Amino acid sequence: MNMRKVLMIIGLAGYAAFIIASWIFDFNTGKEIGDNFVSFSVEMLKILPCAFILIGLFEAWVKRETVEKQFGEKSGIRGYIWAVLLAGTTVGGLYIAFPVAYSLLNRGAKLSVIFTYIAASAICRVPMTIFEASFLGVKFTVIRLLVSLPLVVLTSILLANYLEKRGYKIAEGK
Amino acid sequence: MISLIVSRERTLLSLRIAARRFINILPAFLIMLVLVSIVLSLVSDEIITRYLGIDNKYIAVLFASVLGSVTIMPGFITFPLAGVLLTKGVPYMVLSAFTTTLMMVGVLTFPIEKAYLGTRVAIIRNGISFLIALIIAFITGIFFGEIFQ
Repeated sequence: MNMRKVLMIIGLAGYAAFIIASWIFDFNTGKEIGDNFVSFSVEMLKILPCAFILIGLFEAWVKRETVEKQFGEKSGIRGYIWAVLLAGTTVGGLYIAFPVAYSLLNRGAKLSVIFTYIAASAICRVPMTIFEASFLGVKFTVIRLLVSLPLVVLTSILLANYLEKRGYKIAEGK
Repeated sequence: MISLIVSRERTLLSLRIAARRFINILPAFLIMLVLVSIVLSLVSDEIITRYLGIDNKYIAVLFASVLGSVTIMPGFITFPLAGVLLTKGVPYMVLSAFTTTLMMVGVLTFPIEKAYLGTRVAIIRNGISFLIALIIAFITGIFFGEIFQ
């Protein structure tokens, strides 16, 4: 673990040195990488704090039983419907879905519902879907949703079953 | 805000949880940002246009899904670009492979996914997502009459 931390710090330092050197020696590719880093960081800093505050509020206020009932082992098909609806309102993309999913899992949601949520938050966020339909046509979007959602639920169940058989546990304390 | 009025204590607790969670995952986000900044400078719009526009549409689907997997793009850039490609004659199935892998397969978000779900699950989930994207592309191709003609 410590070895990995050292490697990571060396890597980051190397990266920073490369960006700074690019600025000094006017190396365009390096400057472009630096610009990308800044603009993407700014983009994420707009979303991340809000997302984590919502996660914090969720963990402090919502009872474990509530999550278990709606997303847990006995939720049946309702769990998947909730997962897709919740995913529809998620902003950002996968990098926001993972911490939310982790939080739900910690509070007693079942694995297959979580995988459905992650995939659904990638493919059926509402604003994005509307945007997609306006550029590529409603037919395109409808086909994509109708094909992908059943596949997503099916593969989520299969993956969860496989993992549960192998005694999968999520990492603690993230 | 409502939370603050109802209970000061719980609100503070939730902010503490939020801060702790955020700090724990920050290294993974940092790695992702570094990867994103490098890949985005390598994969330009011209490259995407060139590889998605090649004549053999099946090979184009493969290129599209690989490019979609290794890049990250916000929707407000992806779909206008896809719209432009469409007017240039890129088939729907190729665009479908591209946008779906962009959304579902995250090579660049892998450090974050790994931190939350573990390496094995992250690999399997991305693999499954890649296959789903190919299936969607295939069926899109059928419905738009781009396959079997």
